[in-house]
Amino acid sequence: MTQHNRAIFQPSGQIQFGIFFQGVNSGTIWKAPESGSQTDFESFRRIVQTAERGKFAAFFLGEGLRLREHLGRPHALDVVGRPDAQTMLAALAAVTTNIGLVATQNTTYNDPADLAHRLSSLDLISGGRAAWNVVTTDNAWTGANFRRGGYLDHADRYKHAEAFVETAKRIWDSWETSAGPARRVLHEGRHYTVDVSPRLPRSAQYRPVLFQAGDSPEGRNFAARQADVIFSAHPKFDDAVEFRRDIVARSVDAGRGANAVQIMPASEFILAATDREAQEKKAWVRSLQIGPQQAIAYLEQFWGRELTEYDSDGPLPEIDPVVEETSETRGSGFHGAKARQLADQWRAEAKDKGLSIRQFVTSRTARVDATFTGSYTAVADHLAQFARVGAVDGFNISPWLIPTGLDDIVNHLVPELQERGVYPTEYRGTTLRENLGLETPVRSNEPVQV
Amino acid sequence: MSTFEEHTAGFLAIELDGAGYEDLARAVLAAESAGFHVATFADAPVPGRVNALQRAAYAGPVTRNIALVPEVDTVYTEPFHISTQLASLDYVSGGRAGWIATAAEAPEAAAAVGRSFVEGDALAQEAAASIEVGRRLWDSWEDDAVIRDVATGRYIDVDKLHYVDFETPADFAGPGYSVKGPSIIPRPLQGQLPVLAAASLVGDGQVPVDAVDAVLVSAPTPELLAAEVRHVRARLGASVAIVAELDVVLDSRGQAAASRSDTSQDDGRARFVGSAAGLTDYLDSLLKEADGVRLHPASLAVELDELARLVLPELRRRGSLRAPTQDGTFRGLLGLGRAENRYSTSAAAAAAAGK
Repeated sequence: MTQHNRAIFQPSGQIQFGIFFQGVNSGTIWKAPESGSQTDFESFRRIVQTAERGKFAAFFLGEGLRLREHLGRPHALDVVGRPDAQTMLAALAAVTTNIGLVATQNTTYNDPADLAHRLSSLDLISGGRAAWNVVTTDNAWTGANFRRGGYLDHADRYKHAEAFVETAKRIWDSWETSAGPARRVLHEGRHYTVDVSPRLPRSAQYRPVLFQAGDSPEGRNFAARQADVIFSAHPKFDDAVEFRRDIVARSVDAGRGANAVQIMPASEFILAATDREAQEKKAWVRSLQIGPQQAIAYLEQFWGRELTEYDSDGPLPEIDPVVEETSETRGSGFHGAKARQLADQWRAEAKDKGLSIRQFVTSRTARVDATFTGSYTAVADHLAQFARVGAVDGFNISPWLIPTGLDDIVNHLVPELQERGVYPTEYRGTTLRENLGLETPVRSNEPVQV
Repeated sequence: MSTFEEHTAGFLAIELDGAGYEDLARAVLAAESAGFHVATFADAPVPGRVNALQRAAYAGPVTRNIALVPEVDTVYTEPFHISTQLASLDYVSGGRAGWIATAAEAPEAAAAVGRSFVEGDALAQEAAASIEVGRRLWDSWEDDAVIRDVATGRYIDVDKLHYVDFETPADFAGPGYSVKGPSIIPRPLQGQLPVLAAASLVGDGQVPVDAVDAVLVSAPTPELLAAEVRHVRARLGASVAIVAELDVVLDSRGQAAASRSDTSQDDGRARFVGSAAGLTDYLDSLLKEADGVRLHPASLAVELDELARLVLPELRRRGSLRAPTQDGTFRGLLGLGRAENRYSTSAAAAAAAGK
């Protein structure tokens, strides 16, 4: 075995793909005639099997804990409504063989023992293909759907999340083989105590792979200490290189190897045979993502009032936002007291650039940085660059069409990447950990500090 | 007591707790091809047994006709999550999902989630609250809430989504809570999933009779089971289906059932120990009293083999067992029509008109 210097990052020269089936937001087009059901099992089966045909490493599902709202009512314009991640993934495990199955699950409104058991169940059912995309929430607005309500302060959410993750790891690690029995796991936390005798053995990949998506310094440190893969927001080349440098430094500081944490940015691909066709396609995609009503509704979220009398092809409203102290009833993204300041900024920016409401909103909501637009060959060349320097380990693709949104990627982009030797031609193994090339996890049995 | 002339053929369920994650697909397919109408999945805290709802979900795309019904605890779980998970199970099984709502009287379950231990009468209160939350959330999207109206840019009709605004009752024994809603998933394919519970949890001052679609009835011995079924039917009325619970140990592979029967563990269920022919006669008469029988085989592989080869074919021949329905729903099996949505405008109008 070669003795690596664990403090020095070594690029793998490869990239992998994941698919993020988002379920909600304006990114997923529902207005096109070929857009299918967002809830029927058939849509999920179709897209996960396409991804597996394209040797994708992982299939991600988001989690919903409360419907997004708009002016006090459920938001009507975008795709909404999605199945429970783990239930859907357990079903998809039956119709797939190699692809990783990643459930986004919140640490705030789940219980560690219950969530660890269910993730362990998914891991065993799928033969070692489960992963957990760790997210946190701290608002009472979401808490209104749960017994504990809004019990957690914002300042506590990463401390709580880390104790939660550590507890889950100890539960997974407590039973080495199917011979058992498990060691009891005790966690005494500030918010509650967990005392559990785990009942499931380790899976073929030891324990579920951990993905984490937070980007703040606390989030990055949390990931550097706990995660296997970061679901990052840095897909542009220079930014990705810089993010890699930062994560390598943090991983080494946390006592883990420079290669311990992989990076897969969220991304969107708009591809065609030629660059020109891809640009035309992009204009079409954007026009369906942000229609006139969505553009107005977007502003309404920040203005806090109805703006239906405004023309989406005209300038931003001169009228000022309603300033509220609380932002919770409007969901995420709104900062009450700053509304007027924000409105002034936006009006100036739109005027400067000569943008209508719709153009302005499109520029703000589109995945400007995260979109790869171009011909299959041009995009393949670009991605090969990422692979060579190890800027990322892969891309987590949000298809803008369900369930056919991966077809052109799998049929045309993947073969181009395979020809360039930067994309797997076969799955390395049957577990997600093997396919990602992750290290075997170190057993976690330290007492949890909160 | 129903007479032979009135009797309509019943259904059979099988508890698949003996199937682990490695042989699950084989076991559930074997149960389906044997002609069982329902597979249930216990969530007992047994070492090596994975989550019941996920086992049922995995079985969804593998099967076509058999109803998939997991146990899900109501006391130490989040009602909002349960409702979403069960609705999702209905989607992945094409409308064949159900729910055995259990109320775990288990100090270990309480300690695992850091909540105080719930026992006695409070258990049924917890179950009733969770079932009510689940049902309201399933109704919180009207069937036609997703409209995809390109002209107006609306994906959903907001008037067809409803906040459930559930509050635990004033006399709730445990810590009270509220659930806002609406659900995060559209109404399940069946509208409402059939909910089952132990008969001992259902009735006056417990889980209301109209909250459940079927009850599971146990008696200490096979001889007492039919009488208990009659007793429960008299107590709860005709609105719920009655499913009799039966452990089975059969003569098999040259071994007498009695020698395979482990009498050291008392699970509170009647136990039939004997030959396949004897069981066939017994079930034939029991299905004249109960709407269905759930069998708990001593050893899944061994008993399932005997049941598939000898018992179910003969029961079908005698007309006491229904033929499996191709692509049917679980509600259909229980003889339940389409569930009306409590929030729908037409239902509200009907209620206002005193219908």
